[in-house]
Amino acid sequence: MSAVRAGLGRLGVAAPVAAVVLLGILVAVAAPGLLAPGDPLAVSPAEGFRPPSLAHPFGTDESGRDVLTRVIHGAAASAGIGLAATAIGVGLGLVLGFASGLGPRVVDAALSRIIEVLYALPTLVMALLFVAVLGPGPRSSILAIGLATAPGYARMIRARVRQVMRSDYVAYARHEETSAPRILVRHIVPNTVWPLVAMITLGVGQAIVWVSALSFLGLGAEPPSPEWGSMLNAGRVYIGSAWWMTLFPGLAIVVTATALTVLGRRLSKGVAA
Amino acid sequence: MTASRGPGRVALPARWIAAKIGAAILVMWIVATLVFFALRASGDPLEAILGGPGSQAGPEAVQAAIERYALDQPLVVQYLLQLRDIATLQLGDSYARRQPVADLIGDQLPNTLLLAVLALALAWVIAVAGALVQAVSRGRWGRAVGAVMHGLEVVASVAPQFWLGAVLIMLFASSLGWLPATSASSDPAALVLPVVTLAVPIAGFLSQVSRDALADADAAPFATTARSRGSGEIRVLLRHTLRHASLPAISLSGWAFGSLLSGSVVVEVLFARPGLGRLLQEAALSRDVPVVVGAVVLVALLYVVVVIATDALELVVDPRLRRSAAALRAPDVAVGA
Repeated sequence: MSAVRAGLGRLGVAAPVAAVVLLGILVAVAAPGLLAPGDPLAVSPAEGFRPPSLAHPFGTDESGRDVLTRVIHGAAASAGIGLAATAIGVGLGLVLGFASGLGPRVVDAALSRIIEVLYALPTLVMALLFVAVLGPGPRSSILAIGLATAPGYARMIRARVRQVMRSDYVAYARHEETSAPRILVRHIVPNTVWPLVAMITLGVGQAIVWVSALSFLGLGAEPPSPEWGSMLNAGRVYIGSAWWMTLFPGLAIVVTATALTVLGRRLSKGVAA
Repeated sequence: MTASRGPGRVALPARWIAAKIGAAILVMWIVATLVFFALRASGDPLEAILGGPGSQAGPEAVQAAIERYALDQPLVVQYLLQLRDIATLQLGDSYARRQPVADLIGDQLPNTLLLAVLALALAWVIAVAGALVQAVSRGRWGRAVGAVMHGLEVVASVAPQFWLGAVLIMLFASSLGWLPATSASSDPAALVLPVVTLAVPIAGFLSQVSRDALADADAAPFATTARSRGSGEIRVLLRHTLRHASLPAISLSGWAFGSLLSGSVVVEVLFARPGLGRLLQEAALSRDVPVVVGAVVLVALLYVVVVIATDALELVVDPRLRRSAAALRAPDVAVGA
């Protein structure tokens, strides 16, 4: 029991911290120049592979570009990629989840079977299948992650819709002969939206990690662009000598994903309470 | 671990087995259908088979390819042929390497299975050790330990493997020089960093679910009964609650195995190890669709096998499930995790 209470207490502190961290990331997304006035693409070959110092707190990369500046300017690209992939996944998940949750029993049986099987396939393996079909590149990596995460969203949305459909207030509304569209708008949608917000918060963090993984594998964004995943991919070659090229972009991904996860869990706890 | 103490052997009812196999076939059929559409969506299959755009294939080669892949037949026939091929594990030839996909995968699979099995075992050890530490430490210390563990679990389950592995390389290979970063696969020391990289996120998840289950079991009447009989905390944990708490973790192991295969792609590229994951990455990069499809089919097959194994293990650990398995109340398990 004590462990559980300690865990909850920890969440109590962690959620505000996560919110502050995310606020900082939002500033980097909206106005990167405010935090890092330099040019993320400015090359100065003489300054290549400098370890972290006062002038370059995160060091410089192989062309002498400042890693801190690139990490800050990469926030917008990485956040945009995460949001786009999540939007695709959630959009598809909504269609499938609602069709399955509200549809006739035959449709539900067929759809939920398919959803469960696709959910069981490892996300990255499925994404690689889509990348092979679509061809590598930044756009298809976003689409691939969106498609690969859709079954998970569909599964959760279906479960939630079913749960609301079984509730007493929907039974009552039906008893009162409220029309089906009205039940949908007045009961099912409002009761699905909040869990969805929590899900999306968790999902964006995960999507950033997955798309970065594709970039890291050389299947997503190309190295010169300041995007966290492709910075990692560029740093992979120099990992023995220039560790800072890998450590700091990766840290940005971990911090963002952790903050989103903590906040997402806090939000979903709020639903349960 | 606790499994050996089960009262007697479990006879799996024939109907239970039949239901599992039926569910497994359903999974494979859905995957085969997905794969068929993926293949057709990847553009003109003939062009891809003959070596991509601008290939100089002669008319005989074109004719041979059309016959081999039945491209002149209606789509339904092609679909049925594809199902037959997958059922008999005839996965076709790699576009890029002109070798049977089954051979390519067969060569690489042992490397990846070794990584995955070792990583799953290590993840279990870490998760159980974490649960023990938290269960033993109570009071104010327990709180602090719980908070630290919780934080570690969140970071462990969120930290991407490509970064975690890179950090391990920096620490233990580049700075300290204790372990090799890239590996001739024969050297056992070269396995340490890849296995740890794969295991940590899984351990984070397993530890979270077993901790929650342990807390539930700790508050359950059977734990109170055991305490009232004068059993010590450690005894209650080992004989009663840990067994209960292992159930969700066991059923998660099927999912964990899939996640390990995902992870092996990243880990094998990072540590320059040969294996299924590396094959898959190279195939995706060169759009070698048959190889990717073969890997997906194999992963689905492995998943089905692992899920049946974990379901059987659950029956062994949890006697309550046996009654319902005998009555076939819960056959619906190909969709676990």
